[in-house]
Amino acid sequence: MSGQWPLWEVFVRPRRGLSHTHVGSVHAPDAATALQNARDVYTRRQEGVSIWVVPAAQITASSPDEKDAYFDPAADKIYRHPTFYHVPEGAKHL
Amino acid sequence: MTGTATTTFEQVLGLGDDALIAAQRLCEWCTRAPEMEEEVALANIALDQLGAARLLLTYAGELEGAGRDEDDLAYLRDDREFRNVLLVELPNGDFAVTMAKLLFLSAYQRLRYEQLAAGEDARLAGIAAKTVKESTYHLEHATLWTLRLGDGTEESHRRMQQAVDEIWPYTYELFDDNALRQPWLNIVEPVLAEATLTRPEDPPWAPRGGRQGLHTEHLSYLLAEMQVLHRAHPGAQW
Repeated sequence: MSGQWPLWEVFVRPRRGLSHTHVGSVHAPDAATALQNARDVYTRRQEGVSIWVVPAAQITASSPDEKDAYFDPAADKIYRHPTFYHVPEGAKHL
Repeated sequence: MTGTATTTFEQVLGLGDDALIAAQRLCEWCTRAPEMEEEVALANIALDQLGAARLLLTYAGELEGAGRDEDDLAYLRDDREFRNVLLVELPNGDFAVTMAKLLFLSAYQRLRYEQLAAGEDARLAGIAAKTVKESTYHLEHATLWTLRLGDGTEESHRRMQQAVDEIWPYTYELFDDNALRQPWLNIVEPVLAEATLTRPEDPPWAPRGGRQGLHTEHLSYLLAEMQVLHRAHPGAQW
């Protein structure tokens, strides 16, 4: 039977006010079962107040091969960070 | 001080034994469940039942006033002294039988704990209020599987119907000491209908006796396995 059930990615919101965070995955035949399985596997020790399950097949991911093209160019563009800019003396309403 | 004159040792013992024996049976699925996720789910439910059993047996021991604690009651009684209903001691059978047992038991336990949570005995009400949330989840889990197996393939439908037919007569005993049969039917019948399963006819005779200590032959085997360690090494600790 294993291997026939599709994979679901599990996201748990640890507390109100925080975002759902990816915690792992479960196998399940459908969404409702995936939710129950996720509850049993990932929130047994009060880890969360809300769960999302998403079919793993529905996630489009960036490829590790594209890592350089995707992420490296950002490394030397420090002017994209707000800390790059000095706030002029006396500037108001910032 | 927490009890009232209306709560008896036997009543609480019955509730505690239902939970304890159900826990022991569900544990048997460990390493044998069809999927790892389902194994974790069944083990969780078993642990919930065990937690309830500990609270209830501790309270039963206090009501009895003979100095017996939860371990004495769980490990040092013989089958004739157990007060659980027959349904919980029945073998797991296939997965459909386990789910039929869980559906019928959790629907009953949810109603019973709801009733006790609103009752006069504050100690029992506290235990029931905590446990009813767990029963609600057990019922949800059993409902989910009953729907999927009943309204699944031809083979899963056949086996789920067979399981319901097999376990149904044992549900009558659940209501010998309360008036919850109709509310219970109001929960269970729609689940069976949605699962395209036939609700069995009322049988001319239903097995009973658990609450009086008259059990099926299955209970003593279960107890032997559950009690052997404690009896061989009294007071053993992890």
